[in-house]
Amino acid sequence: MPRQRRILLLFSLLLACVSIVWALTIGSADIPPGEVLRHLTGDDGSIHDRIIDELRLPRVLSAFAVGGLLALAGALMQVLLRNPLGDPYILGVSGGAASAVLAAMLLGLPLVWHTPMAVGGALFSTLLVFGLTRSGDDWRSDRLLLTGVVIAAGWAALISFVLSVSPVEQLPGMLFWLMGDLGDATRPAVPLVILAIALPLTLLRARDLNIAVQGLLQAAALGVDTSRLRLEIYFVGALLTAAAVTVAGTVGFVGLIVPHLIRRLGGTDHRLLLPAAVLVGGSLLVLADSAARTLISPMQLPVGVLTALLGIPVFLFLLHARGKA
Amino acid sequence: MSCLLRTRALSLQIADTQVCNDMQLCIEPGQSWALLGRNGIGKTTLLHHLAGLRANAGGQVFLGANDISGLQPRERARQVAVLLQHSNRGFGASVLETVLSGRHPHLERLAWEDSDDLAIAEGCIAACGLATLSSRSLDTLSGGELRRVEIARLLTQQCPLALLDEPLNHLDFGHQAAMLRLLGEHCVSAGRAMLMVIHDLNAAYRACNHWLILSGAGRWHAGPRDALADPALLTAAFGHPVQRIETDDGPLFQPHL
Repeated sequence: MPRQRRILLLFSLLLACVSIVWALTIGSADIPPGEVLRHLTGDDGSIHDRIIDELRLPRVLSAFAVGGLLALAGALMQVLLRNPLGDPYILGVSGGAASAVLAAMLLGLPLVWHTPMAVGGALFSTLLVFGLTRSGDDWRSDRLLLTGVVIAAGWAALISFVLSVSPVEQLPGMLFWLMGDLGDATRPAVPLVILAIALPLTLLRARDLNIAVQGLLQAAALGVDTSRLRLEIYFVGALLTAAAVTVAGTVGFVGLIVPHLIRRLGGTDHRLLLPAAVLVGGSLLVLADSAARTLISPMQLPVGVLTALLGIPVFLFLLHARGKA
Repeated sequence: MSCLLRTRALSLQIADTQVCNDMQLCIEPGQSWALLGRNGIGKTTLLHHLAGLRANAGGQVFLGANDISGLQPRERARQVAVLLQHSNRGFGASVLETVLSGRHPHLERLAWEDSDDLAIAEGCIAACGLATLSSRSLDTLSGGELRRVEIARLLTQQCPLALLDEPLNHLDFGHQAAMLRLLGEHCVSAGRAMLMVIHDLNAAYRACNHWLILSGAGRWHAGPRDALADPALLTAAFGHPVQRIETDDGPLFQPHL
């Protein structure tokens, strides 16, 4: 691995460690980093120990997992659509999940139903877009993109409908979910495991992804089995997005901007881009969520508001810098 | 002599256009072929079929002894290199990264390019006159520079057979001559052959010793260049008058303008 890339990867790893430890130190009780590390390794039953183990660590790890899942899914979708605007949500995965969860909230289904509803809605939308795109004999990325965007618009209309007929007291919960919120994310194990499986799997395909960016026909000419690769990217990307949305709702911008950020820093090779995007995406969401729960504490903001507020200027800066170069 | 690439009763159709009927073609090592014909007659479609990038044709394409449709993509890409007609800038990878991707079919799944691969890629980059652009992003290249990057990638693939779709697109005449010479040196030898779609009859005459002319309605003519470089045949095939003028440097072809 060339030296510059190794530095970028080490930097991402360092950023991830620092942001996780820092996030554990802040909150209603400030706990210094040294004490945080002691609590992580040992168990002394103190109140700080319980704050770290039971409150902050699950939430911080959930944030990291969701950010990593979204950044990885975004990188995959950008290759699949060969479009820099590729985003985990562009094919309507999040819209399907959101519609299902909001419908569950409207119908007053208990909280335990939200996860299966989100998974079901995401999978339904994935298969719907896939089926509509596949009905032709060709599988063109512009057709996939248009189909996905139109289906996403359909979900958005359905969401507006549910919001407009819902009782006022349910609206804050629905809006938090729509904007992305980690307040209820207390079980990081499932998203972390999915991330830990998906990253090595996609790394097996990293060189194929480098070539797919050059166009699918070119990739086929260089010996990539493009129809299988496309299927794999599509379904892995959708699954990662569904996992993230199920945990945290629709957190915006991480999946769009993180892969671009890594590319700008010299990481166009997916063997570097994918792990770096996971680490940086995770870190970004950890930092944003820490801000979300402390900025106007004791009130909490939905983390999606902060990723968008952080994400928009960063993305515009990237776009502008790219235009000048 | 055994064929590097052979077609058996190849018949192709796109929409209402019959590209070729019952085509028997044998490309032997040491040969360079020009694929000629009017716009929209199916040259690119035929090239993609010969490269194994499309299936569902009537007839068969053989690479050596193997039916090309039965080969693993990676194995196929070690034997046939393809230069596509349209260039693509991707997401701003560098010239070196792009050219190195020509080694892809030669590398195991998790392998990184080693110093040999790097030396091959750098050699091809230098041969295409791109040495000073090696670390530049594709986004910043001119059309002609990008075309030479793609030719460098094709050379890096080091295949016995090269299929090129309008390799001279976007190149000035100096670079056209240089690239034709380079392709002749790298892709035509004891074990190697090439076929290129080309519109410049004079370049086709000088760079290629065999011609394959598609003349519409499934008709085709294939053979040694001198048998086919006939103004009457070309005029009929292209539906436009072309003159052949003999000079001390060989014939010149002058389409009526």
